[in-house]
Amino acid sequence: MPKITFIEHDGAEHTVDAEIGATVMEAALRNGISSIVAECGGGCTCATCLVHVDDAWSPAVGPPSAEEEEMLDSAFEVKPTSRLSCQIKVTEALDGLIVRTPSYQGR
Amino acid sequence: MSEPIKTDVLIIGAGPVGLFAVFELGLLDIKTHLVDILDKVGGQCAELYPEKPIYDIPAIPLITGQGLSEALMQQIKPFNPTFHLGEMVTTIENIGDPLFRITTDRGKVFEAKAVVIAAGGGSFQPKRPPINGIEPYENKSVFYAVRKMETFRDKNLLIVGGGDSALDWTLNLQPIAKRLTLLHRRDDFRGAPDSVNKMRALVAAGAMDLRIGQVTELEGADGQLTAATIKGADGAMTRVETDAMLPFFGLTMKLGPVADWGFELKDELIPVDVSTFETSRPGLFAIGDINTYPGKLKLILSGFHEAALMAQKAHHYVHPSKRLVFQYTTSSTSLQKKLGVS
Repeated sequence: MPKITFIEHDGAEHTVDAEIGATVMEAALRNGISSIVAECGGGCTCATCLVHVDDAWSPAVGPPSAEEEEMLDSAFEVKPTSRLSCQIKVTEALDGLIVRTPSYQGR
Repeated sequence: MSEPIKTDVLIIGAGPVGLFAVFELGLLDIKTHLVDILDKVGGQCAELYPEKPIYDIPAIPLITGQGLSEALMQQIKPFNPTFHLGEMVTTIENIGDPLFRITTDRGKVFEAKAVVIAAGGGSFQPKRPPINGIEPYENKSVFYAVRKMETFRDKNLLIVGGGDSALDWTLNLQPIAKRLTLLHRRDDFRGAPDSVNKMRALVAAGAMDLRIGQVTELEGADGQLTAATIKGADGAMTRVETDAMLPFFGLTMKLGPVADWGFELKDELIPVDVSTFETSRPGLFAIGDINTYPGKLKLILSGFHEAALMAQKAHHYVHPSKRLVFQYTTSSTSLQKKLGVS
């Protein structure tokens, strides 16, 4: 199973197993990463599952869709590598992915 | 205080479970009013996933959030409930045995024999931007909603956001403001194209400013803003003089006033009796995602079940002298009359 590392705002690191086909958001919730809120449950409608993808991984993860880009307007401190984790599907190619979570998801 | 609106039951929350409660109460001749902080019915179904399919409503293999809200509105139509949208219930006071006086943030007052809290995850409230030291300015010179446009006449205004709220208020306030600046993180707007065009025309005519970036710092004293520092897309920092800031970053669910209603909450949820869904305060019920009990599942179908059982107990309070006879809509002509099908 691919592994994903979440680095929280305070530096705490959590490496978790992620199922292929699941989303990075789901992997976070299943493993109790509390800095991912995911209020809408993966609908790309709330912008409370923001992650900043590690620079080295950003090309592999790719850019947000137009719908996701619009939703990023409702997030804070958005960077060029920021994504909504509910919109990143876990694949074999993302084994080892590193993402950083913000201190505040809007609530 | 305004004249109270009298009703049998006041339902707090017009999401799917609050709407279905109208149906179950209606079958028992109980009249309802509903209050919801959103400006539309449907709750999370309308606000968070109107287009997304729901697969676990019994006998309906697939329905969208919007579709479910619309179907429920059709189902409860015979009972003619009254909606009070865009309002938040702030207090619930016992004034009888049981009789409640309920007030909203808009100063509306209700008197009801029972209250049903179907508030889901709490109330949808504006997201607050994470700017250091923003608190003292909030509701003094930083506003998340416009209640009175006159407040902003001849002021320097900074509006932040790229959706319809930000654009609509930009267009409405630009004529009366001294100078208006719209700030957004990118030079692309998701609001209605017509509003975007109007805004761009004002910028081209020099009648307002458009800036791309985000606010990093606020300046002022005693809650009165004087300037904001903006970090541009290129990383450059600039300062904008402003008397007020209006950030529009969408909504998020907060527990809100539920916390002050005298329940011993469990993980921000209201414990209830599992046979009646009544809370520790007699006459006050909690159904749907807001309640908790052993084995609770936060499913719409669970909320529907809870609404049906709640109505049985609510009947005791609303019609204490009437005996309640259990009936089926398939066979009872009396129920069919209420539904307008007999």
